[in-house]
Amino acid sequence: MSRAAEETRLPASVLSQYEAVIGLEVHAQLKTQTKIFCACSTRFGDPPNQNTCPVCLGLPGTLPVLNRRALELALRAALALHCTVHERARFARKNYFYPDLPKGYQISMYELPLATGGWLEIEHDGTTKRIGITRLHLEEDAGKSLHEGFPDSDRYTYLDFNRCGVPLIEIVSEPDLRSPAEAYAYLTALKQVLEYTEVSDCNMEEGSLRCDANVSVRRRGASRFGTKTEVKNLNSFRYLQRALEYEIERQIAVLESGGQIEQETRLWNLAAARTEPMRSKEFAHDYRYFPEPDLLPVRVPAALQAEILAAMPELPAARRQRFQRDYGLSAYDASVLTDTRARADYFEAVVRAGAAPKAASSWIQTELLRRLNDAGDDIQNSPVAPEALAELIALVEAGTITAASGKKVFAQMFETGKRAAAIVAAEGLSQINDVAELERLCREVIAQHPENAAKYRAGNEGVFKFFVGQVMRATRGQANPQLVNEILQRLLRQE
Amino acid sequence: MSAPTAWTVESVRRALTAKQISARELTDEFFRRIGERNPELNAYLALCPERAYAQADRIDRQVARGASLPLLAGVPVAIKDVISTAGIVTTCGSRILQNYIPPYDATAVTRLEQAGAILLGKTNCDEFAMGSSNENSAYGPVRNPIAPDRVPGGSSGGSAAAVAAGLAVIALGTDTGGSIRQPGALCGIPALMPTYGRVSRYGLIAFASSLDRIGPFGRTVADVAAALTVLAGEDANDSTCARTPVPDYTAELHKPVQGMRLGIPKEYFGAGMDPAVRQRVEQAIQQLAQLGCTIEHISLPHTDYAIATYYLVATAEASSNLARYDGVRFGFRAPAASLAEMYRRTRGQGFGQEVKRRIMLGTYALSAGYYEAYYLRAQKVRSLIARDFAEAFRQVDLIVTPTSPVPAFRLGERTSDPLQMYLADIYTVTGSLAGLPGISVPCGTTPEGLPVGLQILGPHFEEARVLRLAHAFERASGFSS
Repeated sequence: MSRAAEETRLPASVLSQYEAVIGLEVHAQLKTQTKIFCACSTRFGDPPNQNTCPVCLGLPGTLPVLNRRALELALRAALALHCTVHERARFARKNYFYPDLPKGYQISMYELPLATGGWLEIEHDGTTKRIGITRLHLEEDAGKSLHEGFPDSDRYTYLDFNRCGVPLIEIVSEPDLRSPAEAYAYLTALKQVLEYTEVSDCNMEEGSLRCDANVSVRRRGASRFGTKTEVKNLNSFRYLQRALEYEIERQIAVLESGGQIEQETRLWNLAAARTEPMRSKEFAHDYRYFPEPDLLPVRVPAALQAEILAAMPELPAARRQRFQRDYGLSAYDASVLTDTRARADYFEAVVRAGAAPKAASSWIQTELLRRLNDAGDDIQNSPVAPEALAELIALVEAGTITAASGKKVFAQMFETGKRAAAIVAAEGLSQINDVAELERLCREVIAQHPENAAKYRAGNEGVFKFFVGQVMRATRGQANPQLVNEILQRLLRQE
Repeated sequence: MSAPTAWTVESVRRALTAKQISARELTDEFFRRIGERNPELNAYLALCPERAYAQADRIDRQVARGASLPLLAGVPVAIKDVISTAGIVTTCGSRILQNYIPPYDATAVTRLEQAGAILLGKTNCDEFAMGSSNENSAYGPVRNPIAPDRVPGGSSGGSAAAVAAGLAVIALGTDTGGSIRQPGALCGIPALMPTYGRVSRYGLIAFASSLDRIGPFGRTVADVAAALTVLAGEDANDSTCARTPVPDYTAELHKPVQGMRLGIPKEYFGAGMDPAVRQRVEQAIQQLAQLGCTIEHISLPHTDYAIATYYLVATAEASSNLARYDGVRFGFRAPAASLAEMYRRTRGQGFGQEVKRRIMLGTYALSAGYYEAYYLRAQKVRSLIARDFAEAFRQVDLIVTPTSPVPAFRLGERTSDPLQMYLADIYTVTGSLAGLPGISVPCGTTPEGLPVGLQILGPHFEEARVLRLAHAFERASGFSS
């Protein structure tokens, strides 16, 4: 932590006298093929300015035409967040000059947003809390200024307009969050809803999920909010928490030293690990909002709302509850398995293919997720299909192979993509259930270790595990452990 | 006017079909006339002979094949320089776009060419269509072909002058507060502002988006009707463009006007009107009565607020629409050491006085603390003005007024007083604010020989009715050029 940050370190006894009040403004890129007001592609990572046309470049005389898909996705998000969708919304112009804003205004929504008054439940410290959603509206993204990375970057700024006109929703929360951890939980839950509903990829690295925070502090028990600051550039979950922690401590330190909080916009400086005021020129805008005359008001007929509601995928909270109820999973397991929609879908596909829910849960969590994590891959790209995992689970449950063999088989399935039965056959891994054969092996092991057999008979029961281990080793783990137990006990007692 | 200037849509079609002239010869003829008269009039800012001859040859091949010709086949047209034309410099009469070449055609241009029209060039106008005399062009004023010491009106002065001087058969203008109708009146030709949403604005470089409209000038009402038939209709690139079906406006012209109820609003005959204008307009109203129309005296009570309302709404939108001229991506850029300085110099040097005045007015009207008092209030009054018309149209079929309080004035006569200039729009801004269709048709001249225009306003999407009355008046009065 930098010196500046350390300077704001306050004793816990002081910090605990204060309470933070946080609201988040989240921008999520909608998962559309084309931009919000023209037919250009929204693809990420293309060569600069490839996905542009006269409309998104703001050339004179061009007009925006609303992408219907963008509206539908925004409505889906609004309904998933329990908002009231307004029958009539209206785009407005937010006017400011910036080189990457080609029209000199951003088309957004202002006094008539698409939706207001929703909520999202977060789970934090084992309790559930409902966070209010103030509003949700549609807007276009701006282009990107590239200040570095070119040989003449000392003299020129380059502009890439590929992102210009990409559809966004802005989701503004109520100031209901009381700690950085709650803010983190809120962003996590919001991301989950947007992913589940396929509204957004929520890819923070690609900028498809961005977050600003309004932060203030007040003495515990105070009823009025303190003066807030807006903290920008919180574009990862980790920065969000660290920046909020920093900003809260900074504000408390200011108040503790008898100062006053200045209402301002601050930027999270990742390298310095602190928030810094933006130069006033950069934010002291009078945006001169007024209704966008180039677009008709957006009408959302009740029928369209009903259609979108009817097609709404199951939301994460509902799925979590259903997993506990229908599959008898613990709250923890249900939470892990519903973390992403793809993961939950995978789990249910394994169950549908015949696996017992608890076994499926355990295999996915202990084997599949670990290996996917090591491989840095997503469950969507799992080399082991849900049906294949169900087959493996069936082999283990039927006793055809041991659980230990099952893990080895799984490893090979993951590596090669082969089915379990083929691997078991090729490797001769089938479990040994032949009592006569096992008895022969057990006799051999006992005969080879007479001194241990004597110890056992003298009452040292601990040595029993040794014999089991020897038999398992001799069978490369394929012996049915249950049978080995019974046989060893019988033989050791007999002699 | 001498015989050679009298081409119309119909006479071009007849001559082409009868092979009395080829489209190429006709194009030659118009470029020759432009060469002769344009140095004096300054109506055209740019010509596009390559594109014109390519189109002329296409038409000639169609004629040779004996194919059926499209509606405007071979008709030479001029386009106001605020309308985008692919590959042809489009300046908006402004220095800031002195080198701007659009990569695409406005929908209106595409439709004209698809209908066989031959695009001759781009016409002069007040900078960004802001003005009523065409004196606000960075490329010099246009002279009125009827009286070259006088203005042609504005802002579509170049288009009006081109048609009036026989340098184009049809020209596109744009009307935000009167910019088609007023120059039509001052140059003595029919000039139509269609209903807001009747003609696509795609490619029309915005001045005030909620008011801007593209419309045609012609030598006859029939030509204007033919042009509208081609221009009107929905456009996937303009969501404010209506899906209302497009009638054949030419066919509608010949329906009777007897029994039409015409409203004469008392507010349009007050002080400030030139007596000669008053006389001509009153005579015209009598002629309309003789055609069997009923004359009803009506009131549009909020008329007095129209100029103030218009200049708030239009400048507010303009302040935003003109923000994109920042020197970053196209057009004029004044070099400077910092971004802010580059913005300031580019816009300071690139825009003319009147444009800067309006950007400042509009910026003020939208500013925090003033928005409610100015912009929002103006929008409310705008609704009241629209309601005045809606109520009037319950009693009458059309409304008839003068187009301009004065005939063409002398160059330089009004430039020193912007407010005086703004009052030139006093009879036209109301129709603009209400989104109505309106035409100006010639109704005689003043004793000095200056044309006077009669304005006919109709309900939304009733262009056919407006044109029908204009056509009947034109025939009865004999004022058609």
